[in-house]
Amino acid sequence: MDHPSFVQHAVLLSLVLFGLGTLGVFLRRNVITVLMSIELMLNGANLAFVAFSRAAGTLDGQVLVFFVMVVAAAEAAVGLAIVIALHRHKDTLDVDAFNVMRG
Amino acid sequence: MFEDPILNVLPFSVLLLPLGGFIVLALFGDWIKKDKEEQGAAWLACATVIAACALAAITTVRLYGLVGGPEGLRFSQPYLGFEWIAVGSFRVPINLLIDPLASVMMLVVTGIGALIHVYSVGYMAHDEDKVRFFSYLNLFTFFMLLLVMGGSLPLLFIGWEGVGLCSYLLIGFWYRKDSASAAGLKAFVVNRIGDVGLILGMIFIFHAFGSLDLVDIADNAGSLAPEALWQWGPVTLACLLLFLGATGKSAQIPLHVWLPDAMEGPTPVSALIHAATMVTAGVYLVARLGPLFHQSETAMLVVAVTGAVTALMAGTIAIVQTDIKRVLAYSTVSQLGFMFLAAGMGAFGVAVFHLYTHAFFKALLFLGSGSVIHAMSGEQDMRLMGGLRKKIPWTYATFLVGTLSISGIPFFAGFYSKDEILAATLGTGHPILFGIALFTALLTAAYMARLLFLTFFGEFRGGHGHAAASEAEHHVHESPWSMLGPLVVLAAGSVVAGYALFPMAHAGTVHGVRLPDVIQPVFRLAERPLPALPWLPMVATGSALLGILIAWYLYLSMPELRASLARRLRPALRLFGAKYFFDHVYDGFVRHVVVAGSDRLLWKRVDAGWIDGAVNRTGSLTRAFAETLRPVQTGFVRHYVLLVLAGAVAVVYYLLASVERLAP
Repeated sequence: MDHPSFVQHAVLLSLVLFGLGTLGVFLRRNVITVLMSIELMLNGANLAFVAFSRAAGTLDGQVLVFFVMVVAAAEAAVGLAIVIALHRHKDTLDVDAFNVMRG
Repeated sequence: MFEDPILNVLPFSVLLLPLGGFIVLALFGDWIKKDKEEQGAAWLACATVIAACALAAITTVRLYGLVGGPEGLRFSQPYLGFEWIAVGSFRVPINLLIDPLASVMMLVVTGIGALIHVYSVGYMAHDEDKVRFFSYLNLFTFFMLLLVMGGSLPLLFIGWEGVGLCSYLLIGFWYRKDSASAAGLKAFVVNRIGDVGLILGMIFIFHAFGSLDLVDIADNAGSLAPEALWQWGPVTLACLLLFLGATGKSAQIPLHVWLPDAMEGPTPVSALIHAATMVTAGVYLVARLGPLFHQSETAMLVVAVTGAVTALMAGTIAIVQTDIKRVLAYSTVSQLGFMFLAAGMGAFGVAVFHLYTHAFFKALLFLGSGSVIHAMSGEQDMRLMGGLRKKIPWTYATFLVGTLSISGIPFFAGFYSKDEILAATLGTGHPILFGIALFTALLTAAYMARLLFLTFFGEFRGGHGHAAASEAEHHVHESPWSMLGPLVVLAAGSVVAGYALFPMAHAGTVHGVRLPDVIQPVFRLAERPLPALPWLPMVATGSALLGILIAWYLYLSMPELRASLARRLRPALRLFGAKYFFDHVYDGFVRHVVVAGSDRLLWKRVDAGWIDGAVNRTGSLTRAFAETLRPVQTGFVRHYVLLVLAGAVAVVYYLLASVERLAP
């Protein structure tokens, strides 16, 4: 049996992870770092899913986590491919350099 | 019921012979005609129509050999063996309807047509395009026969449109002349207006009867549901729409304006199409659907009044025309008005009787005028003729017969049919229409006598200066026999057609019968006994003689009286000379309403202003809206992330808030 405050701790940790990831997306300028920060956000969300799932005694949250991981893997593959294309195009990985879509 | 195997084959032969002639001439005409003066093509065309005429006569005789049906009605419906259209209950088999009405029309079309074909051989002898001319004439004969023999309204309609096409082609035969091709176009367009009415009328009829077969319509017209017979009900509407088609084809007010212009075509065409056959198609249509028209008093009155007014107006216009063919054209319009007057009185048989006699004397007059024009080397203005009586005696003699016949002098054909029309008008209790008809009869005699006196009597007035006049006078010559022969035959017809010698084998004996009595069973109507009016023939003859006498005084005896009379009647003569301003009104309507309305309103306001404006405004609105949204796209990833995050927070907040609200 888990400790009664297990869910609270787990959710707190997931919030911290999500917040760190968000900050990373906002503050870092390197594309790869931004991608990694997004992964961090996803995993923060995963942790919350697993914790709630465990507390509720159902498997729904855990199943959802697998979906998130699959999508994250796909996203990483596509994202990195785009990063390579971007780098070839502009010879830099600074996100602020890619602003041709400015209206 | 009325079976005769030969009657299943013969009518199709009558119909298809001229079509065969057309196909041969159209495909191999240039091969037949090796040089300019070669007449082979012309005689081939004549042969097909003469053969068709002979077969039509045999068909008629066999038709009267049939045992009489209900009320002596004999008819046969030859069927070619396949259906043209079969959609649900709408079926159009290729079948014909041969009954007394159709056989009279058939004989007129092929008989008069054959004579005019022969006449054309001489008249068109020097024309380069005679193969084209005769192929059109053959095609016209085919379509006209289809019109009068078709067993259902769609087949009649094909013939109707086909003769319209041939009319257009032949009016514009000399297409290098601008006025000729314009006249052809005018005829075609005016006829289209009427044809819309015909199509809509057919739709009404199909709605009412569930069939377009002519026998079905005639049989069931008497047993229509009462609600269909309401004064402005479907039957009246159908009849009025069909009559609109008839006014277009038969040149009645308000669609009569094309016929006088149609005189631009070669004269045999004027005689065949625009006097004897095609223009009577409207009368045929009304007579053929007589049982239906009879159900609607409103439609009958419209037909009668239109006919009477047209007869009067065209008669007054004819008085002041100077072109010999235009006088005859307005005379045709006027006589067609007489036929519609008779039809509107319910005397459909009498209308067809007048159609029949008119075909003879009007074809004769047109061909005679063609002979005059031929003699005058193309001159059509009567003011430049005169004294031709001695120069072209055969033309004069036949023309005189035609004039007496159309004027209604006793013992000539026109007298009998016109007399019956007058009797029918008075007998059905329309004294005003009777008065108009009687006065028009006087006018008819007057303008025809004027035409005769101006052309054949007095001194020759052609050419300018004495030398030119005698030169032109010397050049006047009688026409060849191929032209005079038909004139003589038609003159004989113009005399005897009135006795309506329609020999029919009735119970083994052959005897003459009045033509209206022969046709009457077709209309499924009990003939109303006309009151005996022994004074009527005298009055009619008197008015005709009075008309001739007036013309005699004004044009031969006392020409100075004419000038003073013309001064006194100037406003009326100007009205007649301007043809009651119909052309002006139509021209003004087209110019100021249709063209100007299309230009200023529909094009510049509606299309360029509203429709294009709506499209352009849609574009510029989208553009303006996009302009305000543009700054959102900063190009910085971070801004997008912020928006995504803000959106996510908003969604989560909304969800949490709604959970709060749903909680008990």
